[in-house]
Amino acid sequence: MIDASSHAAAVSAKSGRTPPGFIVEGSARFGDEQLFPKLRLEVKAGAWTSLLGPSGVGKTTLLRLVAGLDAACTFEGAIRVSDGRSLEQRVAYMGQSDLLAPWLDVLGNVTLGQKLRGDAPDVDRALTLIGRVGLSAHIYKRPHALSGGERQRAALARTLMEDRPVVLLDEPFSSLDANTRADMQELAGELLRGKTVLLVTHDPTDAVRLSHRIYLMGGRGLSEMSPPSSDPVRPFDDPDVLAAQADMLRRLRSDP
Amino acid sequence: MRRIALAVGRGLLIAACGLLAWQALVWLTGVPRFILPGPLLVGERLWDARTLIAEHAWITYSEILIGFVLGALLGVGTAFQMILSPFYRTVMRPIVVFSQAIPIFALAPIITLWLGYGVASKILVVVLLIYFPVASAFFDGLSKTPQGPLDLARVMGATPTRIAWRLRAPYAIPALSSGLRLAVAAAPFGAVIGEWVGASKGLGHMMLLANGRGQADLMFACLIALAAFTVLLYFAVDALGDALIARFADPRG
Repeated sequence: MIDASSHAAAVSAKSGRTPPGFIVEGSARFGDEQLFPKLRLEVKAGAWTSLLGPSGVGKTTLLRLVAGLDAACTFEGAIRVSDGRSLEQRVAYMGQSDLLAPWLDVLGNVTLGQKLRGDAPDVDRALTLIGRVGLSAHIYKRPHALSGGERQRAALARTLMEDRPVVLLDEPFSSLDANTRADMQELAGELLRGKTVLLVTHDPTDAVRLSHRIYLMGGRGLSEMSPPSSDPVRPFDDPDVLAAQADMLRRLRSDP
Repeated sequence: MRRIALAVGRGLLIAACGLLAWQALVWLTGVPRFILPGPLLVGERLWDARTLIAEHAWITYSEILIGFVLGALLGVGTAFQMILSPFYRTVMRPIVVFSQAIPIFALAPIITLWLGYGVASKILVVVLLIYFPVASAFFDGLSKTPQGPLDLARVMGATPTRIAWRLRAPYAIPALSSGLRLAVAAAPFGAVIGEWVGASKGLGHMMLLANGRGQADLMFACLIALAAFTVLLYFAVDALGDALIARFADPRG
């Protein structure tokens, strides 16, 4: 296993400030059709918050609104950030698809953000982060030469490279097999420690293992659920974790 | 290597069959040599007149190559401008289509009038033929970048110019490559039309003269010199396109 925790601390220490928390309050509709009713989502500073729910309830829309991306809907409400500043340029995003550029090697992909901003790529830092996600042997490989899990690790390194206080994760593990998925949960949990993370997922395992706070999103809005009392990342086979997972699945299935 | 040898072998075989059919047609119909010369006669003529043909061919080949490169660069530049500026897009779209709407036959005489009988007028005709397919294919590619990488770039804080250069352009390489393939076949056509309208050198000029003097064998010899170059150029551009795609796109498709 990779020793990532010390580095995660170093990375957030490098950014030098406490990450902000934020609250999303409002409703969204698409034309006349309601996407989600008025809701209040509180994402605590420096903690993992998960938004769990079935497909089509507007989880991704909510995430896109926070990311400042075109969400193709009318949002009535506000996003309030704890330090009063906008989230613009303070957010990193990682999605279900790795979004790696097929013509760039791992190093090129990890430094893509800097190049897109016109900054000189910080190769030393990129190499350190590539090492932290366990891809040191694949620095100069293009994405097609990597496995699905390795590609998602590269995407994680790229996300860390952005060094943003807020990280938005949209189903980042859902295309991985169970084994790789469990690895990635642990790796992301360690490396993103200390950042304000909003994780959108439809898998109770992601939410229960990683979150400080869990919201269930359904057709009627949000309801909060308490995760096990231990600290994340929680072992996948912990009885409390398994019980919480089962409870969550039960509630997901009973939601109309 | 083996694959290339096979492809070349197959090409030669097809050519040999074609020549054989051609010769057979000439023998069977007994058509006079000034109407349709057989391949043997044309080959003989090609060899006898090789210095003369080479002299003229060199001019035409240069016109084709220069026109192709300039037209492609211009097309790529226009596509970039169009993706970056909505104003330019609005203005250029009709112009680009317009450039394609006028028959090049109609335009070639006036171009010759403007630029004279030298190579410049021929190069411009080639440029006009190349420009449209390259500009329109590349612009199409640039505007069809997958949404995911664009969203990512947006969150990363990229500027539109850098997005165009670092994301849109690489994603548009396959489109550009098919535009180039389409354009390259038209390039020799442009040069020959330019030379027909008025020139003192070049294969087109030579063909026109040979035709007028009833030297069908020389006409065909020039045609072969032109066709051979076109085929070579096409395969070169094809190979370049494949290399670019392998470098920029996901090889697994």
